[in-house]
Amino acid sequence: MTRARAVLAPTRRSAPEALVAPPGQLTRGRATGQPTRREGPAKLTGEAKYADDLVFPGAWYGLTIRSTEAHARLLAVKKDPDVDWSSAVVVTAADIPGQNIVALKEADQPVLVPVGGEIQHHAEPIALLAAPDRETLRRLRDHVQVETEKLPAIFDPLASDHVFAKYRIERGDVARGLDEADFILEGEYRVGHQEQLYIENNAMIAVPEADGAVTVHGSMQCPYYVHGALMKAMALEPKAARVVQAETGGGFGGKEEYPSILAIHAALLARAAGKPVRMIYDRHEDLAATTKRHPAIVRHRTGVSKDGTLVAQDIDVVMDGGAYSTLTPVVLSRGALHAGGPYRCPNVRIIARATRTNTPPNGAFRGFGAPQTEFAAETQMNRLAEAIGLSPLEIRLRNVYQIGDTTPTGQVLKESVAGEEVLRLAAEAAEFEPLRGRTARARADRRGTLVPSGPLRTDAERTASGIGLALAWHGAGFTGSGEVHLASVVSVELTKEARIRVLIASTEMGQGTNTIFPMMVGEALGVSADAVEMAPVDTAFVPNSGPTVASRTAMVVGGLCIQAARRLRETVEARNGGKPFAEVYRADAAANGATRIDQQFEPYPGEPFDDATYTGDAYPAFGWAAAVAAVDVDLDSGEVHVRDVVAADDVGKVIHQVLCEGQVEGGTLQSVGYATIEEIKLDDGRYLNDRLATYLIPTALDAPRISTILVEAPYSGAPHGAKGVGELPMDVAAPAVVAAIHDAVGVWIPDLPATPEKIMAALHPATPGARPAAS
Amino acid sequence: MPAEPPVETPRRLSDAYALLAGGPWTPIAGGTDLMVRITGELGPIPERILDVSRLDALAGIDMAAGHLVLGARTTYTEIRRSALCREHLPALVEAAATIGAAAIQNRGTLGGNIANASPAGDTLPVLLAADAEIVVGSHREERSIAASEFFTGYRKTALAADELILRIRLPLPAGRDLRFRKVGTRRAQAISKVVMAAAWRDHGAASGWSDVRVALGSVAATPIRARATEAALEGQRPTPEVADRAAEALAAEIQPIDDVRSTADYRRLVAARILHRILRDAGGW
Amino acid sequence: MTAFRFLVNGAPAEVNAPGMRRLLDVLREDLGLTGTKEGCGEGECGACAVLLDGQLVDACLVPVCQVEGGIVRTVEGLSSRATGAGALDDLQVAFLEAGAAQCGICTPGMLMAARAYLDGRGGPDEDAIREAIAGNLCRCTGYTKIVDAIARVAGANG
Repeated sequence: MTRARAVLAPTRRSAPEALVAPPGQLTRGRATGQPTRREGPAKLTGEAKYADDLVFPGAWYGLTIRSTEAHARLLAVKKDPDVDWSSAVVVTAADIPGQNIVALKEADQPVLVPVGGEIQHHAEPIALLAAPDRETLRRLRDHVQVETEKLPAIFDPLASDHVFAKYRIERGDVARGLDEADFILEGEYRVGHQEQLYIENNAMIAVPEADGAVTVHGSMQCPYYVHGALMKAMALEPKAARVVQAETGGGFGGKEEYPSILAIHAALLARAAGKPVRMIYDRHEDLAATTKRHPAIVRHRTGVSKDGTLVAQDIDVVMDGGAYSTLTPVVLSRGALHAGGPYRCPNVRIIARATRTNTPPNGAFRGFGAPQTEFAAETQMNRLAEAIGLSPLEIRLRNVYQIGDTTPTGQVLKESVAGEEVLRLAAEAAEFEPLRGRTARARADRRGTLVPSGPLRTDAERTASGIGLALAWHGAGFTGSGEVHLASVVSVELTKEARIRVLIASTEMGQGTNTIFPMMVGEALGVSADAVEMAPVDTAFVPNSGPTVASRTAMVVGGLCIQAARRLRETVEARNGGKPFAEVYRADAAANGATRIDQQFEPYPGEPFDDATYTGDAYPAFGWAAAVAAVDVDLDSGEVHVRDVVAADDVGKVIHQVLCEGQVEGGTLQSVGYATIEEIKLDDGRYLNDRLATYLIPTALDAPRISTILVEAPYSGAPHGAKGVGELPMDVAAPAVVAAIHDAVGVWIPDLPATPEKIMAALHPATPGARPAAS
Repeated sequence: MPAEPPVETPRRLSDAYALLAGGPWTPIAGGTDLMVRITGELGPIPERILDVSRLDALAGIDMAAGHLVLGARTTYTEIRRSALCREHLPALVEAAATIGAAAIQNRGTLGGNIANASPAGDTLPVLLAADAEIVVGSHREERSIAASEFFTGYRKTALAADELILRIRLPLPAGRDLRFRKVGTRRAQAISKVVMAAAWRDHGAASGWSDVRVALGSVAATPIRARATEAALEGQRPTPEVADRAAEALAAEIQPIDDVRSTADYRRLVAARILHRILRDAGGW
Repeated sequence: MTAFRFLVNGAPAEVNAPGMRRLLDVLREDLGLTGTKEGCGEGECGACAVLLDGQLVDACLVPVCQVEGGIVRTVEGLSSRATGAGALDDLQVAFLEAGAAQCGICTPGMLMAARAYLDGRGGPDEDAIREAIAGNLCRCTGYTKIVDAIARVAGANG
């Protein structure tokens, strides 16, 4: 049983010193003495090669022809007979050598809509076109004619009866709990689509090899997902499909499953053309066609006692899966499991379902269902605090999970619980209570103005400030038996040239994989991190250590690598008279040749999770995060500036402080964007925000100052105690911002994003309507 | 996929005029709008491009006969750095600072903003409120067009097909105050939801304002002058009652729409409030 | 097709291209300088930012005909042409040590924006730094460590 035992204050900048490193010397991060980013110099000099930087002589260019309707029957795909097609190739579903299925959990999504089949969403791929140059491609694109017959479409997930997945989590007796409650609060919360907005668009290049084999190079998070998808669609044996990850410019879940589709498309064109084919999306296509965060409608009915103790939570979750199942059942699962928030409650019922609409399929995005349901849970908690007259901090202190508590699935939280710690640390660092007092006084003063305000009349004050708080939990690793099914394998190898190599399929996409793995393995072997190499992520060489998702890389894959490294160390030391690995490994390699240790995942201790009843240990451990947001609201326009966020995150064990802070800061800003300006409107199932001029993420001027407090409540089941950090910060900043808006101006915005339009409509519901212009 | 239409780069104005006399060209100055259009995704690709970036006649910021004169090629960065602009037309400097961010401001030009005639062009309300004259030229003649007559329809201007914007002349009447406010989705790189410039001449506490101008963008198909609102303010002092009436007049006068960025209700409400704030600040209450 | 001549990172370059070819494509494809990235092609993200005659511009918005006779500087031109980690300039070292680059795709444009700011004698004022990089979107870092790194160099410059 471990309590949080370390708190790492934010990296402090020391006074400026000489900054130019002597030539040939690897720099150490000055603040903490830890190594700097392994591939940092390459990224800083422009030498790092992302997919579009790779050169394949003679490569053709490919593009996708997509539907312009949300729901239709595909009648025909025709090439204009008056046009010369000899220098191009067109691929349709009929040309798919394997199965016309994008391999994922359900087999419901085609690679290309077949003639006679149904188009299920706008921008669905129908045909592919490749040509030797872009001019030809542009010229020929308009000469592929698609004939369709429109079908009625469904856009409202509440109205759709096609259910991708449903879950029911129940504990105690919710009806009796509500009966016994002193106070009941209802709330309905909605969250819209959010785009991952990696700055590097999706990109794949397929190179045809001998005998029908293919190699794809591209931007991705999960090389073995791509590998599996290629095998299925291209009818290839495992060795005939090779997947090589290029330097990847961000993923955040948006490159978890989508790259599989793009890889198959590129491979189909490469096979048809007999040439390498580059499929590099431009921003418009990426925005219009790729996966987004699932929108959700979450309803709460909560019963509390007079003193603010939770007695009943009745929660209903509906998620919009878009047109195909993709990862929806898993997103819904995580959303449902986190829907009550990090609180003890004896009577809980969570009913969750995800339905199909005729919109592009939704998929993974950092947080994976939890940001949606925890936005609702936290806003509900903040409203409860307001309703019964408790501070948002106090109500949470009374209800937050402690060690020994039981979750709605019946999981006993035996260790590694730090909800209260992060809450107190964030509140204290942000001066939450004193500032709340100040904003309350300012609100009271404003209410005292004599002149009655109206919607068209400004107040004396121009801005109002507010402060808000939220708390979240985030299960570490895959849900339930996910990790067991993945059966991840890693390898650590001492080569015959005495190089130490880590072979994993986990990708570096900025989160620091290539820096922390040498540290972990180096420490386990007793050598410097500099002596440990990361093998290129290429399915020809690295084993399947599972996807780079679910905040599992440091915890699960890192844990496996540490175990493998320890075994390697034992093996080598044992045959060298017990002398330390660091002293003997070079001689050992010369004498004995290569030694390779494979390590396969074994289940964590704890109660198995029952997928049928949704009971048991949903996750081996949970991470905990709190955020306090300070905002200024412009009273004239409703514009919100998030000035500061204090984020406190328990990650179990901080492997690299600067990288860990970076994850918290980046996730916090994505959550701030989710709460404020990231909005997608749809028309007839088509995203209207399909350019970077219309899908807006925060700039440096919009971003708050973010202060990060890292907490360590180690998890004993992982050799290093680490629980993952990638997604945790995504769960808390958004509800903290919405609470801060309420603190500033007194209105709750239960729908994300909390735009100025919604704020002004809430503040001034009786806006004068338009009068017809005088003619 | 960007196209690469043919382009000519005349070095002299007379050469530019000669080219224009021979048929339609799409001019490019800084390229911040045009280069987005050559992918063809936002509309037809311009067929041929006239690069005006080397024409000296379109450069420079000067004073002439009590007017501030800006060459059409003046960039937003140049406006921001210009001592003349900062002294004589700070509202234009403010507007330039709200456009894009550094890289856009280094290249985007005042002439480009005018020629594009987007209803959301951020400098355009300032030009309208300042009674700007757009000086245009062709092989036939040079002439002045009042800003208030320049924008004839959605992205349409009074320019003839063979005319080029040369410079913008801004009168600087004594005692004139000009205020600017833009509301966008974020603090940089944002197309406006509402953008306003208001101007007046103050003759002292004992008399009312004269020459009132209230100009807005993003609330109609073109940037507009809110004439009824101006009439409500003409001859008045900026008291709370006057401000309330003007805000109501503006809310009644404009016909904004819902679009991807915002709603009609929001635009109407916030335009009125912005004006009310400007008047409150001017009145000091 | 016309021949255009200009300097890139101090060395003369000559390119035969249509005048409306984007500087971004000239750099990446004709000159093989892939350090400058395309994130959006519409001047919204700044991933393609380079210096043209000392000014920060988005290379996706500049036609090569307007670069004739000009001086272009890209991320490849920031550091010395030596190899390895020791070749980084002070700004790049600051980014490396502060953790200002994560996935790295925004980094070249961000470095050029920072370089333009510092070359213009920008100081360690956080608001001014944020304004200088407001046209460079980053999705990974939250901007915190980028601002720190630039402020560190600005402060060191005195």
